[in-house]
Amino acid sequence: MSTLEIRDLHVTVEADGAPREILRGVDLTVRSGETHAIMGPNGSGKSTLAYSVAGHPKYTVTQGTVTLDGEDVLAMTVDERARAGLFLAMQYPVEVPGVSVSNFLRSAATAVRGEAPKLRLWVKEQKEAMARLEMDPAFSERSVNEGFSGGEKKRHEILQLELLKPKIAILDETDSGLDVDALRVVSEGVNRVRSSGETGTLLITHYTRILRYIQPDFVHVFVAGRIVEEGGKELADELEANGYAKYGGDAAAVPAGPLVGGVLPGAGGAGS
Amino acid sequence: MASSSMQDALSTERTALREQGGVTDGTLAANVTPSTPAKPADVRPERITSRDPEAYPAVTGREEEWRFTPVDRLRVLLDGAPSAAQLQWKTELPAGVELREVAAGDPLLDRVPVPVDRLSALAVTRAGGAVVVSVPAEAQLDEPVVLHLHGSGEQDVVWGHVVLDLGAFSRSTVVLEYSGDARYAASVSVLVGDSARADVVSVQEWDRTAVHAGHTGIRVGRDAHLRAIDVTLGGDVVRLVKTVEYAGPGGDAELFGLYFADAAQHLEHRLFIDHAVPNCRSRVTYKGALQGDSARTVWVGDVLIRAEATGTDTYELNRNLLLTPEARADSVPNLEIETGEITGAGHASATGRFDDEQLFYLQARGIPADEARRMVVRGFFADILQEIGVPALEERLLGAVEAELARVAL
Repeated sequence: MSTLEIRDLHVTVEADGAPREILRGVDLTVRSGETHAIMGPNGSGKSTLAYSVAGHPKYTVTQGTVTLDGEDVLAMTVDERARAGLFLAMQYPVEVPGVSVSNFLRSAATAVRGEAPKLRLWVKEQKEAMARLEMDPAFSERSVNEGFSGGEKKRHEILQLELLKPKIAILDETDSGLDVDALRVVSEGVNRVRSSGETGTLLITHYTRILRYIQPDFVHVFVAGRIVEEGGKELADELEANGYAKYGGDAAAVPAGPLVGGVLPGAGGAGS
Repeated sequence: MASSSMQDALSTERTALREQGGVTDGTLAANVTPSTPAKPADVRPERITSRDPEAYPAVTGREEEWRFTPVDRLRVLLDGAPSAAQLQWKTELPAGVELREVAAGDPLLDRVPVPVDRLSALAVTRAGGAVVVSVPAEAQLDEPVVLHLHGSGEQDVVWGHVVLDLGAFSRSTVVLEYSGDARYAASVSVLVGDSARADVVSVQEWDRTAVHAGHTGIRVGRDAHLRAIDVTLGGDVVRLVKTVEYAGPGGDAELFGLYFADAAQHLEHRLFIDHAVPNCRSRVTYKGALQGDSARTVWVGDVLIRAEATGTDTYELNRNLLLTPEARADSVPNLEIETGEITGAGHASATGRFDDEQLFYLQARGIPADEARRMVVRGFFADILQEIGVPALEERLLGAVEAELARVAL
């Protein structure tokens, strides 16, 4: 049983030479087996929450705490957080030219599990996980995310989720850019991980579409850098019907700026 | 893809493409529209080629071909004082391969590509002869020819001239390895016989105090296929000029390079591919990584397609990865085209900083930062290392790159 606790989290990013506050006091608790959906308009700071918990260097935590089973997550490096059991499925996974998927997956599994998986078992494990996500075996010889379609990138993220079995999984807009088929495959992958009961899931999304495949236990409405309303999955249905207008809609968003979601697509490979 | 209309458009003009810094990509293919004729000042001055050092003006460092070079650190070579100093040779010669020394004036030395600058002319003159390694015609070598040259730290300049004479229809791999400390000025002549296949690998693994400059002149025979691979890791200053000429149609030259500069190192590679006969092909792929204060690399890739070289197919690419902000990489592709009737011509150059988003992505999967950086750099070089095609060498070079990465705490 694991618990991620976020308390009064304030986060800034550097914008035009001055820090700008994006998160303004976030409180959230996610436990193993629970699924939380964070929904909010564009620019409300949802992705910032995800990347701050994962430790992206662009974000500065100015106030508050994040703990995983009582351990101070904010004191950990990015890789320590992952080894402690946090996982972030990214909206825009990064290309790493020349590093094969199989090499990458095995390196990640070795790091997270604390020892290299036995080669023969690992090959089987990877192959089966890929088959469940309807991925071509040849995929494992390609460079990480290089030339992947939107659907392939997301399947690859969920493949990692299944192989790394984190305590807490944060899925950042995993549904964006997916056709119905890919959304089904990806959602089934997430549901397999959830069904173990050992992973807590934080699903960040703008749309309710993915919630038809992945049923949340809790829904949090995120506006202007904090949670403004909480409820069960009926809240998602209400958002589906009425949008975010009640909360000020997009007007309630943090002013447009270099949020992660808008910046990472341009982050290509250096000299690749 | 050759187009006769293109010939009309281009044949009377000389088009020069010069780019510098940042990212450049240029492709000239069948649908190209020629730019306005280059002004005379933009056109490369006639290249001097001569075996006589005195045919070249003294080097000041302001000349186009020397302006990137720290000539003071090469001064001892440019001064050209005679010397009897030698490198220590260790060789592995598969059966049938012959190694002999020839004296100045040997007729073979009249047949090798002519030096292209004062330094390479000094090298062939002062060397006073050459070491000739011959692969007989039609020989099919299973094992590589290895020439290991080691400097024991003498301050006097070592002047060298090595000739690789690779016979018609032969198939061979030649590996030149340099190590130790030396001030070494050398010419390497590579004669690839008609229809021969040759891989020539040059590995600069000098101590950090060594100075090495020189010229490799390659002549590719009719329908021959040469792959040349430069791997430059060591040395204080290394400046290598490589020229390719074609002795007949159908020649194919693929040039690869991998370099890794640490703090204060200057590693320079200058290529000139002279397409003067029809239906030849050239490919250039050089990749470099730099880390540390004042780490410096220079890559200059000149390709000239002369009027008579119809059906030419050429592409050159240079990529540099700056691992630390103080490093500097210059990248200058330069394509001159005197005929429109070509199959393709293009170049690409990009210099980028280490991508922190790649690092974050790998770390977010639990991979420690130093290992993540190694994975990224290894990945950057992966395609070049895979091209080398000598498995034992590939592994050793990967090891050497890893050692470079480990040298400075990232």
